[in-house]
Amino acid sequence: MGLELYLDLLSASCRAVYIFVKKNSIPFDFQFVDLLKGHHHSKEYIEINPLKKLPSLKDGRFILSESVAILFYLCRKYSTPSHWYPPDLHTRARVDEFMAWQHTAIQLPMSRILWIKMLIPRITGEEVPAEKTEQMLTEVRTNMQLFEEKFLQDKMFITGDHISLADLVALVEMMQPMGGNYNVFLNSSRLAEWRMRVELAIGSGLFWEAHDRLMKLAEWDCSTLDPMVKEKICELLQKFR
Amino acid sequence: MGLELYLDLLSQPCRAVYIFAKKNGIPFELRPVEIFKGQLVSKDFSQINSLCKVPALKDGDFILSESTAILIYLSCKYPTADHWYPSNLQARARIHEYLGWHADCIRGTFGVPFWTQVLAPLIGVHLPEEKVQRNRAAMDRALQQLEDKFLRDQAFLTGQHVTLADLMALEELIQPVAVGFDLFEGRPKLAAWRERLEAFLGTDLCQEARGLILNILEQAANKKIPDPAPEVYPYMLLRISRIP
Repeated sequence: MGLELYLDLLSASCRAVYIFVKKNSIPFDFQFVDLLKGHHHSKEYIEINPLKKLPSLKDGRFILSESVAILFYLCRKYSTPSHWYPPDLHTRARVDEFMAWQHTAIQLPMSRILWIKMLIPRITGEEVPAEKTEQMLTEVRTNMQLFEEKFLQDKMFITGDHISLADLVALVEMMQPMGGNYNVFLNSSRLAEWRMRVELAIGSGLFWEAHDRLMKLAEWDCSTLDPMVKEKICELLQKFR
Repeated sequence: MGLELYLDLLSQPCRAVYIFAKKNGIPFELRPVEIFKGQLVSKDFSQINSLCKVPALKDGDFILSESTAILIYLSCKYPTADHWYPSNLQARARIHEYLGWHADCIRGTFGVPFWTQVLAPLIGVHLPEEKVQRNRAAMDRALQQLEDKFLRDQAFLTGQHVTLADLMALEELIQPVAVGFDLFEGRPKLAAWRERLEAFLGTDLCQEARGLILNILEQAANKKIPDPAPEVYPYMLLRISRIP
């Protein structure tokens, strides 16, 4: 059994890993773990990752979770082109800096927008209080601005002239609100241009293939939602009150 | 000018960087930054780090933020023992795996008691009991996962040797301890890990890094903590509002 990747492309972290392996022609088995059906709570998957999160990698007996760890591992193991994770000390530090910053500054708020704008209302029938929504959107706008001013600046990509893991991770996360029809790129032409550049560097075909499930989320029949997952979501709503 | 580290030792990631640099004999100028005096939002500091956060590193013209990135940079640039950030592919992957989980489940969560008990009251804010309990539950869950998924039967979090992961975890876990919430009580496995780790780092060094934070309760009781500067209020209010 070769490399196995446990993924649901609804998750931004999974899309980063998927795009990376496909782009670099790394052979792997796609193990679909359906988040909407609660398969990440299944007995089989808990054996892979007791934390019940995606993505996970299984390489022989070696099991690894956390998308950033997986991306770094794949880069090195499969000797992918160095622009993905440049060896130069300073350039690499910039990638590390972005990868650390993005957890709370980009991934979390972007994922929250999807929950607030689409998933929570759709599943529970209740809207999240407007005040909280506004607070979340303000945070996203502030962080997009920080991203532009501190990480991207006037460069083509975060590290300079070439795409790196940082751009890949940034973009898949910023795409998350699109699942709820919210486009974070509308306010800045510089960011919109960067978005296009990253898409082209990846290849539009692969990019949109990876985002297909997310873009179709609006069509999802939520009556098929696993009751356990639904319960968790109702809990989530509590936190927003 | 050599290496400069901009640190406020009240902050967990700052202490991790401080302890790492000292333990490895890395020469640096300490640039103390006092968050609650408004120094982070000062014009001077924002020229150092436009993200206005500590820790920050300045190495000649090169400026770097984010403790994880700083620790990795220091491990690679200076002659440090391999065990901190091993070159072995799988061992290194385990560290990144821990740091990813840490960013979601430890960071932000273990700092809350300090905010609740010391900082928020300074600006007249009292957190609802519901939030305090929610935080306790989140800490409990995280500590269980720390023991079950990472520590298991190993000496340290990612294996048999001390790594950057242990340092990041330790200073986060110390934060609630400093305000009287002893989360090591009733958790002998974690307590043993802490003992092993502090023995390795050296108790003197740990005490030195924690001087500020360990005295904080006493200062609060004696009303010796200065009022935060008005410029910091927005940051404090925002941070408090984020507590789930």
